[in-house]
Amino acid sequence: MASSTREYVSPRRLLENKAAVIGLAIVAVYVFLAIGADWLPLRNPVQIVPANRLAGPSWSLPLGGDSFGRDLLSRIVYGARLSLQVSASSVSIALVAGTGLGLLAGYAGGWVDQGIMRAMDVLFAFPAVLLALGIVAALGPDPKNVIIAIGVVYTPIFARVVRAPVLALKEREFVDAARGLGARASRIIVRHILPNLLSVLVVQVSIALSWAVLTEASLSFLGLSAQPPAASWGVMLNDGRQSVELAPHLAIFPGLAIMLAVLGFNLLGDGLRDVLDPRLRR
Amino acid sequence: MTAYLLKRLVSLPLTLVGVSVVTFLFVRLIPGDAITARLGTSTVLSPEQLSRMRAFFGLDQPLHVQYLAWLGSIVRGDAGYSVRSGQPVTVEIAGRLPVTLELALAAAIVALALGIPLGLISALRPSTVPDLFARGFGLLGLALPNFWLGTLLILFFARYLHWMPNTGGYVDLLADPAANLRFLIFPALTLGIAMAAVVMRTTRSAMLDVLGTDYIRTAHAKGLPARSVVERHALKNGMIVVITILGIQVGYLLGGAVVVEEVFAVPGLGRLLLNAISQRDYAVVQGGVLVIATLFVFANTIVDVLYGFIDPRIRFT
Repeated sequence: MASSTREYVSPRRLLENKAAVIGLAIVAVYVFLAIGADWLPLRNPVQIVPANRLAGPSWSLPLGGDSFGRDLLSRIVYGARLSLQVSASSVSIALVAGTGLGLLAGYAGGWVDQGIMRAMDVLFAFPAVLLALGIVAALGPDPKNVIIAIGVVYTPIFARVVRAPVLALKEREFVDAARGLGARASRIIVRHILPNLLSVLVVQVSIALSWAVLTEASLSFLGLSAQPPAASWGVMLNDGRQSVELAPHLAIFPGLAIMLAVLGFNLLGDGLRDVLDPRLRR
Repeated sequence: MTAYLLKRLVSLPLTLVGVSVVTFLFVRLIPGDAITARLGTSTVLSPEQLSRMRAFFGLDQPLHVQYLAWLGSIVRGDAGYSVRSGQPVTVEIAGRLPVTLELALAAAIVALALGIPLGLISALRPSTVPDLFARGFGLLGLALPNFWLGTLLILFFARYLHWMPNTGGYVDLLADPAANLRFLIFPALTLGIAMAAVVMRTTRSAMLDVLGTDYIRTAHAKGLPARSVVERHALKNGMIVVITILGIQVGYLLGGAVVVEEVFAVPGLGRLLLNAISQRDYAVVQGGVLVIATLFVFANTIVDVLYGFIDPRIRFT
C-alpha cells in the first residue's frame, strides 16, 4: 500500500541540506571512533603513567595526560564508545516502548488510549533529568541503570509523537481498504501505519540521541553512571574540574567532545526534519 | 473559558496522584529493599531482626497499603526524617527550596533577556551577520553541557579574572543583596543559556510565521511604519508561542539546577538531593523529587491556564 511520507526519505535530498551533512559527518566520525577504538593506535585508556601526570598537549600526547598520567585522547575516544552505547541503547528502549504504546493508544482509542496517555502524562510531569536521577538513585550508579533510566524518561516522548499521526492515519482510506479486505489490526499497524511514521521517528531518534548523550554525561558527571577509572566523558570532566587551574585541558577537551557530539545529533535532527517535513522548516 | 479552566484544574490532582505513585515507587524499586540498601554490607542482621525492622517501617504490608500510609503522612506534612541530619525532611527542604527557586528565576530572566531579542533580530534581519550570530547561539546554546559551561566560567571568571568567588557558594538575598547577586550571576547564566537558545529558536520561528501572515501584509500595505507593525501586531501573536514553552522550560530549570548547584556549590534543593542520593537518605530523595515534580506540574498548569486566557482559540480545542 502506498505510504505518503516514504517518498521523502531520499539520500540525495538529505545530502543537499548543509546542516544534515555537517551533522551526519560529525556523527559518522564519532561512530567510527566508538567502533574502531580498539584498532586505532591509542594507548590503554586506563593505563597510569606517572611521568605524564597533568602533562599538557604534545606530539606524543595530543590532548595531554590526566591527573593519573592517562592519555586523554585515548580516554575521550573510548568515552565516545561508552556514551554512544548508553545513548543508542536507551533511545532504542524508548523507541520500541514509546512507539508500541503510541501505536496501541492511537489505534485502539477509548480507555486503552486514555490509560496509556495518562500514564505517559505522569512521567511527563517530572523534569527529565530529575526522573532519570530518581531511577538511577533507586537502581544504583551504573551505565546499565542509566540506560533504563533514560529509556523510561524518553518513552513518553515517542508515545506522544507516534500517537498523534496514528489518530489521523487510522481514518485514512488505505487503512479503511485494508480493514475492508479483512486485514487484522496487527497487520494494519505493522504494514500500513508504521511505515508512515518512519520520517517522524527518524527525526525524533536523532533529537533523542542528542538529549541522551547530554543526560548520560550529566549523570556520569554527578557520579551516577560509569565509575572511575572507566573512560566516561562526564567522569573525565568531573576529574578535570579538580585540577582545572593547573591543567585546563582536562576540563576543556572532554566538554568539547560532549558538545560536538550533541551538536552533531542536533544538526542531523534539524536537517532531517527540514528534509522529511518541509512544513516544519526553520 | 470556565469549561477550559475546569478541565485543567480537574486534571491537576490526578497528575499529582500519579506523580506521588511514581515517587513512592522510586524507593520500592531498590533491589532488595530500602532497609538492606541503607544498611549496606557493613551491617549484618539476622533474618528475624530484618523482618522486625521491615514490620517496624511497614514494609511487610501490601504495596497499596504502604502507599496510602505514605501519602497520608505527606498530606499531613510529615515526609519522615533525614537519616543523615535527623531533621524532618520538610525542614530540610524548606531551607533549600528558596535558593533553588531564586536560581531558577534568575536563569529564566537570563534566558528571556537573551533569547527574545536574539530571536527577534534573527527573524527581522534574515541572512545578516546578527542573524547568523543568533542562529549560531541557538545551535551552540543547546549543545553546551551546563556542567562544562559552569566549569569554564569558574576557570575564567574566578581563577583568572577574580570576578567571582573561587569556590562558588551562596549568600542570602536578604542578608546581602550585592553578594547574593555576585554569587548567583554565573550559576544563573550557566543554567539560563540552554533555555535562552530554546527561547531564541522559538521566538525566531514564531515571528517568521507571524510575519508571513496576511494581516501583517495588510498592515504594511496600509502604510504603517515597520516598527509599529512589529511592535503592535506581530510581537503580540509571536509571543504566545514563547509562553507555551515556558512551562516545559520550568522543568528544564528545576532539573538543570541539580547539576548547576553541584558545579557552583550552591546550597539548593538539587544539591540536597544529590547528597541524599549518595548517602542513601531515601526519605529526603523522595521528598525532594516530589517537591520538584509538584512545582513543575503547577507551573505547567499555570502556563496552560495563562495560554487559554491569552489565546482564546486554545479554549475550544
